[in-house]
Amino acid sequence: MIIETLIGFTFVAALLTFLVPDEVANRVGAALSLVPLVGTLWMWTQFDGSGNALTGGTLAFETQFDLFALSGYQVQWFTGLDGISLPLVVLTAFLTTLAIVSAWTPIDSRQSQFYGLMLFMEANLLGMFTALDFFVWFVFWEATLLPMYFLIGVWGGPRRKYAAIKFFVYTNVASLLMFVGFVALTFGGLGDSIDTLSLPEVAMALDAGGNVSSFMGLAPGTLKLVAFLAMFVGFAVKVPVAPLHTWLPDAHVEAPTPASVMLAGVLLKMGTYAMLRFNFTMLPDVASDLAILIAALGAFSVIYGAILALAQEDLKRIVAYSSVSSMGYVLLGLIAFTEFGVAGATFQMIAHGLISGLMFMAVGVIYNTTHTRMVGDMSGLADRMPVTVGIFVAGAFGYMGLPLMAGFAGEYFIFVGSFHSTVIPSAPLFTAAAMFGIVIVAGYLLLAMQRTLFGPFSLDADYEVGAAPFHDVAPLAVLLLAVIALGVAPDLFFDMILNAIAPLVGGGA
Amino acid sequence: MVTAPPLTPTFLLGLTALAVLTYDSVWPDSTDGSVLTGISVVGSLASLAAAGWFLTAGTGLATDGVSLYADAVVVDGMSLFFTALFAAVTILVSLASFDYFAGKENQGELFGLMLLAATGMSLIASANSLATAFVALELVSLPSYALVAFLKNDRGSSEAGLKYFLIGALSSAIFVFGVSLIYAATGSLLLPDIAAAFESGLGDRVGIAGVGVLMVAGGVAFKAAAVPFHFWAPEAYEGAPAPVSAFLSSASKAAGFALGFRVFVVGFPLGPAASAGIDWALLFQVLAVATMVLGNFAAATQDEVKRMLAYSSIGHAGYVLIGLAALSAEAATNGDVMGAAMAHLFVYGFMNTGAFLFVALAENWGVGRRFEDYNGLGAEKPFAAVAMTAFLFSLAGVPPLGGFFSKLFLFAGAVEAGLWWLVVIAVINSSLSLFYYSRVVRALWFEEGEHDLSGAPTALYAALAVALVGTVLLLPGFGPVIETAQEAATALFA
Repeated sequence: MIIETLIGFTFVAALLTFLVPDEVANRVGAALSLVPLVGTLWMWTQFDGSGNALTGGTLAFETQFDLFALSGYQVQWFTGLDGISLPLVVLTAFLTTLAIVSAWTPIDSRQSQFYGLMLFMEANLLGMFTALDFFVWFVFWEATLLPMYFLIGVWGGPRRKYAAIKFFVYTNVASLLMFVGFVALTFGGLGDSIDTLSLPEVAMALDAGGNVSSFMGLAPGTLKLVAFLAMFVGFAVKVPVAPLHTWLPDAHVEAPTPASVMLAGVLLKMGTYAMLRFNFTMLPDVASDLAILIAALGAFSVIYGAILALAQEDLKRIVAYSSVSSMGYVLLGLIAFTEFGVAGATFQMIAHGLISGLMFMAVGVIYNTTHTRMVGDMSGLADRMPVTVGIFVAGAFGYMGLPLMAGFAGEYFIFVGSFHSTVIPSAPLFTAAAMFGIVIVAGYLLLAMQRTLFGPFSLDADYEVGAAPFHDVAPLAVLLLAVIALGVAPDLFFDMILNAIAPLVGGGA
Repeated sequence: MVTAPPLTPTFLLGLTALAVLTYDSVWPDSTDGSVLTGISVVGSLASLAAAGWFLTAGTGLATDGVSLYADAVVVDGMSLFFTALFAAVTILVSLASFDYFAGKENQGELFGLMLLAATGMSLIASANSLATAFVALELVSLPSYALVAFLKNDRGSSEAGLKYFLIGALSSAIFVFGVSLIYAATGSLLLPDIAAAFESGLGDRVGIAGVGVLMVAGGVAFKAAAVPFHFWAPEAYEGAPAPVSAFLSSASKAAGFALGFRVFVVGFPLGPAASAGIDWALLFQVLAVATMVLGNFAAATQDEVKRMLAYSSIGHAGYVLIGLAALSAEAATNGDVMGAAMAHLFVYGFMNTGAFLFVALAENWGVGRRFEDYNGLGAEKPFAAVAMTAFLFSLAGVPPLGGFFSKLFLFAGAVEAGLWWLVVIAVINSSLSLFYYSRVVRALWFEEGEHDLSGAPTALYAALAVALVGTVLLLPGFGPVIETAQEAATALFA
C-alpha cells in the first residue's frame, strides 16, 4: 500500500498547497514534496522485485483489486514496481522537489496555484509509472496533461496561450490515436482470450501467440501492425520523435523554468516508457519487422535535433532541441533489442531526465539574473556568476557524454547495444550515424558557452547582474551531484534495469 | 417490519412542494428564502435518500418492478435511478436559488414550482401508461414555463418564457395527438398492452400507429431539447434565471429521456415495430446525428457563455440519444448501451448543473455574459474557477473526469451494437466540444482581467462544492452508477 499512500498523500498535498496563502506556498510546497521523495527513496532501498512486470516477473509493493467491469473486461486497481519503473518513480519525485525549489525566484504571482499544480502533476506521474492496469494507467496518463497545460498557459512567456493550446492539442490527439490502437488490439484482436485489461495479462496473451483474431476485416497480422503504428505514433509525439516534435520548442520556450524541467525531465520519458511497455514488450515481432524504419527515425531525430539546436540563438531553444536529439538515442537503443541497447535506453531516460533538468534550470537561473536568454545579448557571465556558470559548464559536458557523467554511461550502453544488434539491419551504420550526433552536440554547446559565458563581461542592462541566490544554485548542485553519482556508479540503477529487461531481448549480445 | 409505499421518493418531492406552498401561504410577503431553501433541500434530500435506499435494497429491481394504480404507474430500477438524479439536481438548484433570488418577491412560488416540476419528472420516470405520461409531462412543463419567466420585469426572461410556452404547447399537442393515434391503433394506453398489440400484429392500422410513434417521438425530442424541437432551448436557457436554466437543462432533459426510454422500449418493442415498418431506432439514429452536430457546431460559434452551454446541452442530448439509436431487436447489448446513456445523464446532472451554477454565480457577482467578461476570474476566485474548470473538462470528456467514463461506456456500447459510423461522428463532435469549453478555461485562467467582486454567496458556493464533489467522486464511484444503470436498463428489456 506504500504506492497508494504516496499517490494519495501527494494529491492531498496538492490540495493543501492550493489553499494556503501565496506568501508561504513555496515553502509549503517544497516541504510537502519531501514526503513522496523520501517515500520513493525508501522504496528504492526496500526494492525486492525481479524480472519484468509485464512478463510475469515479481513485483515490488504490489496492490491489486477489482474496480468495475467495462464491456466484459474487469478494470482493476493494479500497481507495482519493477526495475524499469522504480528508477523513473525516483526520478519523478527527485525532480519535482528540485523544480519546486527552483521556482522560488521566477514565480512571483499566484504561487499557491503554481505549487499545487506541480504537486498534482507529481501525483499523476507517480500513478502513471506505477499503474499496471490499462484503464487506470490511461487516466493518470491523461491527467498529467492538465496541470502542464495550466503551468504553460498561466505562468508562461509572451506566447504562452498559443504554446499551451498547441501542447494540449498535439498530446491529446496523440493519446486518442494510442487509445484507439490499444483498444482495437485488445477488444478487437484478443477478444475473449483476456478478461481484464491489466498490462501483464495483455502482454502475456499476445506473447502466447496465435490468439489474435481478425477484426473489422483486418487479418491478425495487419491488425497488430495497425495497432502498433497507432500506439507508436501516439507515443512518438510525446517523446518527441522528429518530425512530430514541433510542439516541443514552443512549449519549452514559453513554459516557466520549473515546468520546462518537469516537461523535459519526466514528461518526455512518459513517451519512451510507454513505447517500451506497449510497443516493444507487447508486440516485439512487429517492432522487429519495422526495425529499419524505427532505427532510421531514431538516428534522424538525433541528427536533425542537433542540427536544429545548432541554428538557435535562444539558450532555452538550444536545450529544447537537444532533447529531441537525446531522445533519439533512446529510440535507437530500444529497437536494438539487445541487453545493453534496451537497458541503456532505459538508463538514458534517467540520465537525460537529470541532465536536461539541470540544463533548463541553469538557463533559468541565468535568465532570472540577466532577463535574457539570447546568446548574442551577453558574454562573460562567468565573471559575475561563477558558481552557476561552473555547474552549467559541467552539465553541458554531461550532455556531450563526458565519461564519469550519467550521460556517458547511457549513451555508451546504447551504442554498444545497437552496434551488436541483429534486429536492425546494418546496425553499425545506424550506430555510427547516431554517434556523429555527439559531435554536433559538442559543437553547439561549446559555441554557445564560449559566446555567453566566457570573455569580457558585457550585457546591455540597467540592473545589477550578480551571483544567484542560494536556493537557485542549490538544486543545480544537487542535480550535478546526482549526474556524477550515476556516471561513476551506474549500477545504482543499471543492475535492476538489466534484470527487468532481460526477458524482452533476444536480438544479439 | 415497516414497509414504505413504493412511490415514496415521488411522494416526498410532492409533499415538499406542498410544505413550501403552505409556508408561503402563511407568510406570503416574506423575501427571506432561508426557510424555503431549507424545506426544499431537506425534502429533496429525503427523496434522494429514499430512492437510493430502494435501489440498494433491491426494491423494484425485480424484472417487472412494482405496478400500482391499475398498472398506470410502475416503480423499478429505472424510475428510482432517474428520481435520484432529479432529487440531486433539485438540491443543487435549491441551494443556488437562495443566493440568486435573495431579496426577490414570490420566492415561495419559485420553490413550489420547482418541486412540483421535480415531482412531475419523477412521475414521468414511473409512467407505465401514456395517460400518466402525458399528465406527468404537463406537470413538468407548466411550472417550467413560469420558472423561465420568473423574473417578470426582465425582458429576456419574459420573452424566453413566452417562446418556451408556445413551442411547448405545440409539442404537447403533437404528443397528445400521437397518444390518441396509438390508442386508435392498439386500443390501450397501458404500455404493456400496447406492446402486446404490436406483438400480435397491427394489421392495416400500422400506418396510424406509425404516425403516432413519430408524434410521440416529437414529444420526447421537445423535452430532451433534441432536433427538431430544440430551438426553444437556447432562448429559454439564456433568458431564464441561471438556476432555472441549470434545472431545465439537467433535470428536465433527463425527464425527456426517461419518457423516451420507457415508452419506446416497453411500449413499442423494436422487433415487431421494425418488422411492421416502424423502425424507430433508425429515426433516433438520424436525430442523434442531427442533434449532436447542430448542438456542437452552434456552440462553437457563440459569444456568450450561457448560450454556449445551452447549445452544448443540445449536443449532449445527441450523445444520449445514442442510447435509443443503438438498440436493436433481441440484441444482448441493449441494456448496456441504454444503461450507459442513463449513466451519462446522471454524470451530466452534476457537471452541467455545476457549470450553469457558475454562470449563476457570475451573474450574482455582476460579471458580464461574454467569454471576455470571465477574463481573470481564476486569479480572483480560485475555488469557483477550479470547480468550473472541472465541470467544463468533464463535459468535454477529458479522461480523468466522470464525463469521460460515461461517454466511453456510451460509445463502447454503440460500437458493440455495430454503429461504428455513429461513434465516429460522436467522437469528432466530442473533440470539437473541447475547443469551445476550453475557451472558457482560457478566459478564466490565462487572460488578465479586473473585476469588482463583492459578497460571498455562501449557498451558491455550497451548491458549487456539492456539484464538484459529485463530479470528482464519480471518478472512483463510477462503478456502482454504471452497474445500477445497466442493471435497471437491462430489466426493461426482459
